[in-house]
Amino acid sequence: MTSITKPPVRHPSSRTNALGLTLRDYEGAMSTLCAGCGHDSVTAALIQAGWEMALEPHRVGKMSGIGCSSKTTAYFMKQSHGFNSVHGRMPSVTSGAAAANRSLTYIGISGDGDSLSIGLGQLSHAIRRNVNMLYVLENNGVYGLTKGQFSASADIGSTSKKGEANEQAPIDPVLLALTLGATFVARSFSGDKKQLVPILKAGIAHRGFAVVDVISPCVSFNDHEGSTKSYAFTREQSVEAVSADFVPIQRAITVPETDEEVRVVQLHDGGSVRLRSTSPEYDPTDREHAYAYVRACQARQETATGLLFVDDGGREMHDMMRTVPTPLIDIPYEKLCPGKAALEALMQRYR
Amino acid sequence: MSGINDFAFKMGTVNGTGSASANSLLMQAIFRMGIPVTGKNIFPSNIQGLPTWYEIRVSKDGYTARPSEVDLVVALNPSTYRKDVAAVRPGGYLLYDSTWPLDPALVREGITILGIPFGKMCVETFEKDRDRTLLRNIAYAGALAALLDIDMDVVGQMLNEKFAKKPRLLDANHTAIHLGYDFAKANFACPLPFRLEKMDATGDAILMDGNTASALGALYAGATVGAWYPITPATALMEAFKGFCEKFRVDPDTGLNNYAILQAEDELAAAGIVIGAGWAGARAFTNTSGPGISLMQEFIGLAYYTDIPAVFFDVQRCGPATGMPTRTQQADLFSLAYASHGDTKHLVLFPANPRECFELAVQSFDLAERFQTPVFVASDLDIGMNDWMVKRFEWDDNYRPDRGKVLDAEALSKIAKFSRYLDVDGDGIAARTLPGVGGKGAYFVRGSGHDKHAAYTEDSDAYLELVDRLKRKIDGAAESLPTPVIQRRDGAEVGLVMIGGCDAAVREASDILATQGIAVDVMRIRAFPFAKAVHDFITGHEHVFVIEQNRDAQLRALLAIELGVPRDDMHAVLDYGGMPLTAKVVVDAVSAHLAGVPA
Repeated sequence: MTSITKPPVRHPSSRTNALGLTLRDYEGAMSTLCAGCGHDSVTAALIQAGWEMALEPHRVGKMSGIGCSSKTTAYFMKQSHGFNSVHGRMPSVTSGAAAANRSLTYIGISGDGDSLSIGLGQLSHAIRRNVNMLYVLENNGVYGLTKGQFSASADIGSTSKKGEANEQAPIDPVLLALTLGATFVARSFSGDKKQLVPILKAGIAHRGFAVVDVISPCVSFNDHEGSTKSYAFTREQSVEAVSADFVPIQRAITVPETDEEVRVVQLHDGGSVRLRSTSPEYDPTDREHAYAYVRACQARQETATGLLFVDDGGREMHDMMRTVPTPLIDIPYEKLCPGKAALEALMQRYR
Repeated sequence: MSGINDFAFKMGTVNGTGSASANSLLMQAIFRMGIPVTGKNIFPSNIQGLPTWYEIRVSKDGYTARPSEVDLVVALNPSTYRKDVAAVRPGGYLLYDSTWPLDPALVREGITILGIPFGKMCVETFEKDRDRTLLRNIAYAGALAALLDIDMDVVGQMLNEKFAKKPRLLDANHTAIHLGYDFAKANFACPLPFRLEKMDATGDAILMDGNTASALGALYAGATVGAWYPITPATALMEAFKGFCEKFRVDPDTGLNNYAILQAEDELAAAGIVIGAGWAGARAFTNTSGPGISLMQEFIGLAYYTDIPAVFFDVQRCGPATGMPTRTQQADLFSLAYASHGDTKHLVLFPANPRECFELAVQSFDLAERFQTPVFVASDLDIGMNDWMVKRFEWDDNYRPDRGKVLDAEALSKIAKFSRYLDVDGDGIAARTLPGVGGKGAYFVRGSGHDKHAAYTEDSDAYLELVDRLKRKIDGAAESLPTPVIQRRDGAEVGLVMIGGCDAAVREASDILATQGIAVDVMRIRAFPFAKAVHDFITGHEHVFVIEQNRDAQLRALLAIELGVPRDDMHAVLDYGGMPLTAKVVVDAVSAHLAGVPA
């Protein structure tokens, strides 16, 4: 999405949503991610989802931690309030914000490092707490900002830029979320806008914690030696592995339009991912079935995508805390302070 | 000490056997007799089976510090008989449970030993094992009532109140109290030379612990979000807040809560929740102790760097690592004053007793929002968990929270552009907006480099402008913080300086020193960064002693760093074994040092 910032001029033919806003009104600052980054496609899908849902931009809190993924909160909905917090801790900040003001829409953007390593505990407990928010996990298997270390979602046997093979079993956020009792679990692909946008909209609309794992390839750090389409490989190893100050311009990957149930998507490193969308017969309200289905797909080297599980009857954080419907920040102080007479009466108990 | 309404006694028991209720009964009864009283619970980090002590000091003059010596030890745990015998002051008394005989080798010259077979009597009187164990405590309370002249009417009344709805227990408790009382009356010369006599010195006082008081302060300040992770000795603070909220914050029409308490997965999350809630506009706080403060460091830096209000109650305990969680200390000063990496400095308040816990808790929320920054309220285990006799709390119904500079939609409509970190007033405090406000109020909070417009930057000048503003803001707060409490005596050339929990012992020491012909002024610092008055006090005294409960003289170091006073111009008096400070430690250190100073 790297480009010059476009002037805020509204084309007369621009379509507007229910609030009279155009798609452009849901855009944010210019992305500083690498050209072709999957995350920018997710950003575009979020812009589309926000516009289609006619979210009031200023009623949205964009929340993130640290990492390439977490930078993207700046790239959509510039009229929204944003909070780029600390690594792996966005769920707690969002929990606090949601506790204080339950009337806003919270969109959290995280990555596989931010969510599955340093932030695994916070993600798990935000699921348990069932904070009412959309939680997008932009999943690329590597640490991008620190240049190519494995993340906890890297598959066994995948190689790093330096050629080391990953030996540790990956954490699958979908299975994790299902196990921990998440009430909305989905997976999609950054290049599959057709699938992703409705999922994001459903996640935003869901009352409770909505986990959306989005496979979102990294153009820069999948492009390493040992990859058949790395820059170095194509130069017949005549140069070192791509140095970090040169990042080849890549095109974002998109999913081919097809009616097949399993779609094969080529990745920048020459590998591919086999995405299986849920079929119309799939029952997303059965947690056990969802779990078994995802495992079965894994056994066939397929990645199950789509809305995998939803429980719309779940109790979100405020239900469990039995808080008033009014946002706590809107309760007048006079209602919060018991006052002088109550204190005097209370003092008698400590006599 | 040692006389009418002026003595100390302590009970040595096994924890988890129900002695706490008997000890609290004794405290309350003395308090209701109108006599100033203080209790110190010296308990283990354990649920059942380890030795535990409870010290009660009776002081007609109102001294509340830990006693320097104990007149009577009640030894009910055979495994600590040796320690308990040794703890009796020369000429004092040991009362022990003669069901388990005292090893003759432990008998000490110069103390009087009284034996009562509490265990045996309870076995003979009560049928249930549970009663036999629990009521043994009430039996020793009965014996003490006889030996110390505790008003039995008051004791009876308290039992009636406590067990009003449990007639079987009420009868059993009355039986138990008389087992001890009657035995002591029949066998010993009651009362002892030191004893109680009704007074009228507790008229406007209450007995409360600091954690309860802090919770009450948070309630009255209008805090709506509490986030925490259980940790001794801070746990009771949030539990008290929950109790108060259940009483005062439930909407009578719907039964729904006007508050949110989140027990987080760890202290990091607790800090994150508080910061998220503070950003969103709620008054939010967490309660923790040293290990939690360590875990929260990164978030504290974020809140500082992004101007987000947050209140942290640090109930300090003893030592690094797990340390001694049930012992007290003032050793978190460094980790609070400059918490987090990078250039940071924070507002820290130091309450000295539960009354101040209440008052400073309220103030901490005002300060956090006015200065848009983390505020720490640093008490300690002794203040937080022990019952203190303090003047009852007062409240002014005209109080309204100071929300600081917050621009709402209307205010935003009157300005051309909103820049989150623009220092319009020159005080380092930039106006903020709350998420949800429309128009031009939206901005992006980021822990990464940002300029005055909240835009990302790695530009040196923009960074300098921001961190220099933060310094201006925090330094400028010093004179708005609680002022030092200074007590002066004519002609004093000696100044004693301290914070928080040292207060009672140091003030008592100053009275004792005066009787020895040493006039001292006392300054209790109540906040960091230090006000100018702190500097003036220190430079205005020939001899300055900084008294604190940590090994490395952290308060003295902060004074030297922040005020530029040469460190060695201040003599450190350090007491860091984990027990509350006694006046004797201060008196001995001051007089020894002055004796060694050439005239």
